[in-house]
Amino acid sequence: MSSLKLQDVTLAYGKRVVLRNISLETRANEVLGIVGPNGCGKSTLIKGITRVLGLSSGCISIGGQDITKLSAGELARLIAVVPQNPVLPEAFTAFEVVLMGRTPHLGFLQYEGQREVSIAMHSMELTQTQYLAERRVGELSGGEKQRLTIARALTQEPRIILLDEPTAHLDINYQIETLDLIADLCAQESLTALAALHDLNLAAQYCDRIIMLNNGQIQAEGSPAAVITAQNIRDVYGAEVCIRPHPINNLPTTLITAGNGKNGRKRW
Amino acid sequence: MLPEITKDSVSTESAPPYPLQWRKRIYAMLGLVVLLIAVVILAISVDSPYIPFSTTFQVIFSKLPFVSTSSTWSPGVEKVILHLRMPRIILSGLVGAALAVAGATYQGLFRNPLADPYLIGVSQGAALGAVIGFMLPFSWGMWNLGAAPMFAFAGGLGAVSIVYSLARVGKTLPMTTLILAGVALGAFLSAITTFLMLRSGDTLHGVYSWLLGGFSCVSWTEVEISLPFVVIGVLFISLYGRSLNVMQLDEEQAQQLGINVERTKRILLLAATLITAVAVSFSGIIGFVGIIIPHAVRLIWGPDYRFLLPLSTLAGSIFLILANLLARTILTPTVIPLGIITAFLGAPFFLYLLRQRKRAIF
Repeated sequence: MSSLKLQDVTLAYGKRVVLRNISLETRANEVLGIVGPNGCGKSTLIKGITRVLGLSSGCISIGGQDITKLSAGELARLIAVVPQNPVLPEAFTAFEVVLMGRTPHLGFLQYEGQREVSIAMHSMELTQTQYLAERRVGELSGGEKQRLTIARALTQEPRIILLDEPTAHLDINYQIETLDLIADLCAQESLTALAALHDLNLAAQYCDRIIMLNNGQIQAEGSPAAVITAQNIRDVYGAEVCIRPHPINNLPTTLITAGNGKNGRKRW
Repeated sequence: MLPEITKDSVSTESAPPYPLQWRKRIYAMLGLVVLLIAVVILAISVDSPYIPFSTTFQVIFSKLPFVSTSSTWSPGVEKVILHLRMPRIILSGLVGAALAVAGATYQGLFRNPLADPYLIGVSQGAALGAVIGFMLPFSWGMWNLGAAPMFAFAGGLGAVSIVYSLARVGKTLPMTTLILAGVALGAFLSAITTFLMLRSGDTLHGVYSWLLGGFSCVSWTEVEISLPFVVIGVLFISLYGRSLNVMQLDEEQAQQLGINVERTKRILLLAATLITAVAVSFSGIIGFVGIIIPHAVRLIWGPDYRFLLPLSTLAGSIFLILANLLARTILTPTVIPLGIITAFLGAPFFLYLLRQRKRAIF
């Protein structure tokens, strides 16, 4: 219903153009993955969609509404962001930080009531962070903070959730649980996720569609099987990998070989 | 999007960590109000000459509306209380509140625990203005005030507007650039001030005692001018408590949580700068209050700006009224510069609090 649509979007830091003429549209209830090498513009895309960085040209709309015409609060009720390395104030408790997700839903002088508290607690249960509630943020590990920001984003009750490397600091069990949670929420509720991921195997397993960026433009777009190919990875990353179907669900799985780098030597 | 949670499903047994110690903090506020009143009475009575508490009570009580009592005290005493001590005490309370709230606001905006109200050039601008005011070859003034407070106010605001326009990049105001521009312009203005002071000759004493800060010869005029600025400024800033909380994340996340970051920054900077400029104009440069009071409040009652701002207002008033009382009474008839007292009293208390709690406070 509220799909995110980018038309010919160009984003630049001053004169350095990072993304050029990007067009894409999300479909309802999907997990759309954005992959690409470091510096290809994954995080910049998220800054553009949330208006942290102004557009150089093009148009971004949500459900047909131009985002530049929305107030900061209106936009935050539609889109929530899970940043890559969030700065969190150390002296606040984890619960207070999650509760900040209700900000766009509250009036200027309105205090959080029981309803806000319940929503925040529920998000913490979903992300398995409720045991952290009364701890100070300064005492948490990187992975705990990451799950906390996911809880905060869910507390925002958005239509679209943007995730910037949501699994970067997570152990493998939490990688699975976090992405399972996001995929389930997208399938069951009216939520759409746009996730910048650098792990190609996670992207292949969890995304309904994948967009591969290269040098600020879209290199490939489509189902995991169409995008995660040895040829695309050679073109975009300059890496030699081996793609095999996953033994259980046949999704493309990227396998690396030691000694296959540019200056590599055979090790086996 | 998330399943709706009805009130029934939230049992009272599994109460969440909420309401975030609200009750404790509201009691703290009430307690500080009572303490503030007590400190005012104390400061009226314990000064030289000493006035008995009972007389102080009676004089104040007789001035309350709808109260008529027969006076049993001499008109001289009433004059001392109402025209010498009251304005001084009220002004020192206002200045303490202004500096504490401005300090808390700057610390929140810059996300820097070392920020104080004088960080972005207000004090240096005001000092330059005051020196020029003292050095005017003719006497000039408005509303029974000398030239120094007026020029100090103009200088403080002028300096900040220069810093602001230097630091602005397009429509945004990067906070780091603002601090750097403030420090650089401050150094430049201090150099001019020092140069002028060297050349000022016999007016040097007036300039010097102004720079040290204090509340000598305060009349109701100063209170009448500064009261609306400080009250409105402090109330206005206090309304932005939740926005300041969210801005502790960082500007990008605050924006993504629906805060209009640029507008909030501008409003808060303006309000904090105004109340600082008023404080500096009438009391000179009183160090330490703006840093120590907000941090002491954070140490005791936590970092939530919705409580930090009102609690700092009250604690700042109490602290500065007490400090001013000590400055006047320790070595009577000599009045010790107020800055010495604030540092002498404030620093050990602050260090004690710092040792008590070793977890993150900011």
